[in-house]
Amino acid sequence: MNINYTPEELAFRDDVRAFLDQALPADISAKVKGFRHLTKEDHQRWQQILCKQGWYATHWPEEYGGVKWTPVQKHIWDEESCQYGVPRSVPFGVNMVAPVIIKFGNEKQKQTYLPRILSGEDWWCQGYSEPGAGSDLASLKARAVREGDHYIVNGQKTWTTLGQHANMIFCLVRTNTEVKAQEGISFLLIDMNTPGITVRPIITLDGEHEVNEVFFQDVKVPVENRVGEEDKGWTYAKFLLTYERTGLAGIGLSKAALSHLKQLASRCIKNGRPLIEDTSFSQRIARVEIDLTAATISNLRIIAAVEGGGMPGAESSMLKVKGTEIRQAINDLARRAIGPYAIPFAEEELNLDYEGEFLSDENAAPLSAQYFNNRKLSIFGGSNEIQKNIVSKMILGL
Amino acid sequence: MDFGLNEEQQMLQDTVARLVRGEYSFEKRLAYSETEAGFSVDFWKQLSELGLTSVPFSEELGGFGGGGVEVQSVMTELGRGLCLEPYLQSVVFGGGLISQAGNDSQKDVWLSGIASGELRAAVALQEPQSFYDLNDVQTHAEKKDGGFVLNGRKAVVIGGHCADLIVVSARTSGGTRDTNGISLFVLKPDTAGIERRVYPTIDGSKGCDITLNNVHVGADALLGEEGSASEVIDYQAGRAIAALCAEAVGVMEVANELTLDYLKQRKQFGVPIGKFQVLQHRMVDMMSELEQARSMAILAASVADEEQSDERRRALSAAKNVIGRSGQFISEQGIQSHGGIGMTWEYNFAHYAKRLIMINHQLGDDDFHLERYAFLLQAS
Repeated sequence: MNINYTPEELAFRDDVRAFLDQALPADISAKVKGFRHLTKEDHQRWQQILCKQGWYATHWPEEYGGVKWTPVQKHIWDEESCQYGVPRSVPFGVNMVAPVIIKFGNEKQKQTYLPRILSGEDWWCQGYSEPGAGSDLASLKARAVREGDHYIVNGQKTWTTLGQHANMIFCLVRTNTEVKAQEGISFLLIDMNTPGITVRPIITLDGEHEVNEVFFQDVKVPVENRVGEEDKGWTYAKFLLTYERTGLAGIGLSKAALSHLKQLASRCIKNGRPLIEDTSFSQRIARVEIDLTAATISNLRIIAAVEGGGMPGAESSMLKVKGTEIRQAINDLARRAIGPYAIPFAEEELNLDYEGEFLSDENAAPLSAQYFNNRKLSIFGGSNEIQKNIVSKMILGL
Repeated sequence: MDFGLNEEQQMLQDTVARLVRGEYSFEKRLAYSETEAGFSVDFWKQLSELGLTSVPFSEELGGFGGGGVEVQSVMTELGRGLCLEPYLQSVVFGGGLISQAGNDSQKDVWLSGIASGELRAAVALQEPQSFYDLNDVQTHAEKKDGGFVLNGRKAVVIGGHCADLIVVSARTSGGTRDTNGISLFVLKPDTAGIERRVYPTIDGSKGCDITLNNVHVGADALLGEEGSASEVIDYQAGRAIAALCAEAVGVMEVANELTLDYLKQRKQFGVPIGKFQVLQHRMVDMMSELEQARSMAILAASVADEEQSDERRRALSAAKNVIGRSGQFISEQGIQSHGGIGMTWEYNFAHYAKRLIMINHQLGDDDFHLERYAFLLQAS
């Protein structure tokens, strides 16, 4: 047994660090590290830099413009990029729809969409969830009725992350109501500019606009925009979900958040001393750090298994549960660290150009909002309850 | 032993409940939150017209003569409505400080105004470095020309942005965190040298930080005996803690009602999600937490008027610790039970959840009160 990186992996890590030192724009990194919001332009600017380096499409085969990284290399990239404050890539195009198109799409779809994802010309969003179909995805109701060489789509999607920026949406729609719920679903690629599509913001509890509802009224979608066979979309959707689940544990993000928390606790004052010297608070930090260490090793065990040719199964569900709980615990501590200053919402301080005096710590302003916003971690991507169901079925046979 | 309310207390609670139900729909609350005051001036007027702003004050001051239980009845219902009015700040805490420490003329001028609702008070005891320790005071007041000059900064003064009176703690002697040497002053916010930085709070209310820059006040601004305000603050903070606990119970009640409704109505996999055992057990846990919180709010209300002792202090810290933990549990588990819906601004649950977390940041969170309780155990 050897749980350390090989010399080659260490060399790769040096390459990653050298690249990030040189290429990551300071303003973008500052926003990420300070939990400020990124604009569409920030994302796009960083995507261009990554593409130029050839490191954008890490899940793609090389022939389509991807980069051939081992699971360990991907892990190293994830850890380093979180520490450096790299913007989290918006996964819907590059990491979600693209692998589906590569595996199940036809040649024309590959030639049309893949280059546009790499170039940033298309911004994709995901049309899976519906108001009545959240965890029970197969009960979705959005209908697509075939009329000649078109489908007519009617229905509603919800929780569409960053859909306000998107010009393309990939959707699960019901094309057959006569068969079992999972068997009558198709996978459509829809241009958001088609008449009949309305995007309505959903404002979350922290006042942010991150998710949307998307309404479809008699939307005409060419049949050639269907991926794979009619009524077989569930297979493609499940394939995509395996991509979604990898990384949901957010170990790298937790590590970055933890070092942020420690810095914060060194600056905050309690009883005239830095909070980090307070026994009960430092024990709380120690406990979450220990839990994170365990989750990190668990994550590496999964990665090593995948590298050895295995498929991540129920282990990644367990890791999603633990990982999200850990990240939420870190957010909780960061909010507690600023004491009464968790109450004000000094929005002006979220602006990187803010030049006034800070109410308390320079990074205090987003902490409460972030705590509330990250309650979503245990809900989305298959809620933690659903993950536990998966584990009890797959591993325990219950 | 009787845990029920007497007829008068029940009537009081019903009055507030009716008023809140009639005037404080969720949509209205969102709108009140966006006004400059951050609450409904009209609702405040209605509270005062019904005599509710006079509840804790003695009859000779024109009050209702109520104690901890009466305040509990009012605060629970204000909590149920997620009401934004500064009842805690003005009536309970600010009014409490003045009624305990004030001289006759101060009571006459200020307290009667607070009781009638014509004046609103805010309480500025925290400072940027003080965390939750109200004895950690660096703001200082120096004697000058028969009065005082105040310098320093007070932190997170809820309701301070639109108060008529602000009760401020400042050091007239002693070192930072000394118990002795703290004095209270009542300031009018338009006094020269007072600067307020106003902000919304994350739970929909408003507050400010206050900078005192050579603020000259007369001797009549000093509230109570010079240098001995620590005891008054400690005692009245205890009454405010009891009131906050009562508010939290009201918030938790509605949070649980909303969650239970949702479990019965939301269908997934062809059945209401309340049929899933994991969600049933979680809902039971949420109800059990509420029962524990309710018990502690009752304890807090009943010791609120007792003479100060370590036993009273322990009871109040225990109550605030339980409320902090149960509030966070109900907030987080309620959001989780609702799924994405619980995360949305448009649905009221999220706002109940936010208030519960922020109650924990007022007058000491569960960690702070756990430590205080442990310290008092060692001291006894």
